[in-house]
Amino acid sequence: MSFEYAPAPESRAVVDIASSYGLFIDGTFVEPEGGKTFKTVNPATEEVLADVAEAGEPDVDRAVAAARRAYDKVWSRMPGSERAKYLYRIARLLAERSREFAVLETLDNGKPIRESRDVDVPTAAAHFFYYAGWADKLEHAGFGPNPRPHGVAAQVIPWNFPLLMLAWKIAPALAAGNTVVLKPAETTPLSALLFADLLRQAELPPGVVNIVTGARETGSLLVNHPGVDKIAFTGSTPVGKRIAAEVAGSRKSLTLELGGKAANIVFDDAPIDQAVEGIVNGIYFNQGQVCCAGSRLLVQESIADELVDRLKRRLSTLRVGDPMDKNTDVGAINSAQQLERITTLSQAGEDEGATRWTAACELPEKGYWFAPTVFTDVHPAHRIAREEIFGPVLSVLTFRTPAEAVQKANNTPYGLSAGIWTEKGSRILWMADQLRAGVVWANTFNRFDPTSPFGGYKESGYGREGGRHGLAAYLAEGSAL
Amino acid sequence: MSARLDVRKTYKLFIGGKFPRSESGRTYKVTSDDGAFLANAALASRKDAREAVVAARKAQPGWAGATAYNRGQVLYRVAELLEGRRSQFVEEVAAGEGIKTKAAEAAVDAAIDRWVWYAGWTDKVAQVAGAANPVAGPYFNLSVPEPTGVVVVLAPQSSSLLGLVSVLAPVLVTGNTAVVVSSEKRPLPAITLSEVLATSDVPGGVVNILTGRTAELAPPLASHMDVNAIDLTGTVGAEGVAWGELEAEAAGSVKRVVRPRDSEPDWSQIPDGPRRILAFTETKTVWHPKGM
Repeated sequence: MSFEYAPAPESRAVVDIASSYGLFIDGTFVEPEGGKTFKTVNPATEEVLADVAEAGEPDVDRAVAAARRAYDKVWSRMPGSERAKYLYRIARLLAERSREFAVLETLDNGKPIRESRDVDVPTAAAHFFYYAGWADKLEHAGFGPNPRPHGVAAQVIPWNFPLLMLAWKIAPALAAGNTVVLKPAETTPLSALLFADLLRQAELPPGVVNIVTGARETGSLLVNHPGVDKIAFTGSTPVGKRIAAEVAGSRKSLTLELGGKAANIVFDDAPIDQAVEGIVNGIYFNQGQVCCAGSRLLVQESIADELVDRLKRRLSTLRVGDPMDKNTDVGAINSAQQLERITTLSQAGEDEGATRWTAACELPEKGYWFAPTVFTDVHPAHRIAREEIFGPVLSVLTFRTPAEAVQKANNTPYGLSAGIWTEKGSRILWMADQLRAGVVWANTFNRFDPTSPFGGYKESGYGREGGRHGLAAYLAEGSAL
Repeated sequence: MSARLDVRKTYKLFIGGKFPRSESGRTYKVTSDDGAFLANAALASRKDAREAVVAARKAQPGWAGATAYNRGQVLYRVAELLEGRRSQFVEEVAAGEGIKTKAAEAAVDAAIDRWVWYAGWTDKVAQVAGAANPVAGPYFNLSVPEPTGVVVVLAPQSSSLLGLVSVLAPVLVTGNTAVVVSSEKRPLPAITLSEVLATSDVPGGVVNILTGRTAELAPPLASHMDVNAIDLTGTVGAEGVAWGELEAEAAGSVKRVVRPRDSEPDWSQIPDGPRRILAFTETKTVWHPKGM
């Protein structure tokens, strides 16, 4: 059975994209000193959206200096209650301009408009609203009687949730009293640059938030800048390790939110329809380009065949295509480079002997696309069972006992998230205790909330974002005893 | 009548609940602050360090799996035994640190009290650092601190017992296991502490103590892929050790790192909170839907 849908595209008229963007430093857009730029494209069409400035060393210097000035002269002297009101303003402005942000995010990132509209943008606004309220209550947050900000925070964020990751970084930093230099990912700079415009509407004092665009080199200049007191990075584990090594020996505070290879564990007594929906949400949400994606399905042997059959049936109904279409479930892969990685690892899965199944769907001719894919007969030693694919590719493994499920789930250097599906409450709680992961979703998956701490064990990083715990990353330690 | 000749102690390593000599067969001379011979301590090797990590990893699930109440009792029991050995510790601390008996007594008393202070945290830290998170949806959402796993502790160089206790006890509270590199020049109280631990109810492997050169033992432990965290406090005043290099080594497995202060802290100060406990924890957040 198949359903035909008429196209239902969201209008892109709500957002004006400039042909070129400068760097947002000290409250204004400025040209980069070297005059270098790069292009950002719509990954669904390969259409060039804008020319974006590439920040070099003098630009990063300027941004850090602006953040330092704003910290010394304005932000550190302002009462928390006033900082709070700026953050509330930002939250409200984001909500007011939500459609604009959602459309821009989808154009620049390739994610379905349904997700940017219903998840990314509202959750980003909620994050600012949540942390706004902390700004004047820090002394009650449990970090000692006189919690102090670090100073200037350097923040480097990924391309998978550009605006949401910006919110996760900037909201707690400002609430705690830091000023910020943020570098968005080079393939998705536009929502951060639109956010700069929003900051001007909020009349946030110049220099409190600075946005420098560029690629890895710009990020490296920023985190290694001597004027930076705190670094927050979200991205891959190899880059996180490199940053940790570069920062070593300095007194810069560091938090890392890195990769994952989450196990989504389904027991034979699981509510199977809910589990199938949870598995789909776990690995095909945002095209699987999610650090906490449920990329390893661990299914109890007795129900493996039935579950995989149902999963394939469900995947066959997913609508892959135009991200701007409100009916689209799976959008475009963010970049040619990412598509290449997904393709290579999937090929490795076939080469190493796993069985590949791909949903039958027509992919657009232009743009970067990868159809939802499931691998069965996966061995724990296969690359597709060990490495983060960051794409819509699910590896299915089986287990017999809860202990074996735990052993397989934990058999990874990562430890970001995990899923458990069973109707047995005591088993959920036992499993939750055993799993070495920072977020455990039981009978649900990929839920996020500003009040809920998020972050990894082991090589998935350290520090938490969200909730009271998320404030700790932006407050300096007192006594080290 | 001739004076009785005392029976001296052989100071050895403490690994997996046992007291081996270094597999290398090496020892080094430990002297008092004024240069008098005190003992030959084991000069631990890289292999000893790796063995200690294996022992700590093996013991970790059991220690973390004990109830918080039980861990509290076991740690409190250690304080009881420390009290019983008070005079021995006073002697060793006074000789090693070159301080007067009165000052040594104060340090040992503070160390015992510090241990009691931390023992009491086992069943409270989750209530202080955990949270029931009010998410915007029909979900139960709970955050709890859990032990990070195996922790390497470079013990302070100056304060051989109070400093050691101040960095070791917080690691153990939540269920981590520890590989301790003792003060290089003042290792004897650490080994005597291991004798206390061996006769307490702390399971073998939960604490492992290496004596030797910090500069030799710290790098392989900092880069060890099966170590979750490292406390660099003891790099202050350690010969031939740059803490930044150790932190860079630790990045290879994304270890949690506690950096040293610029100088060794005044350990007589009571900690201003459970910061050292929380430095070696991971926050786990569990979600579950609510519904009829």
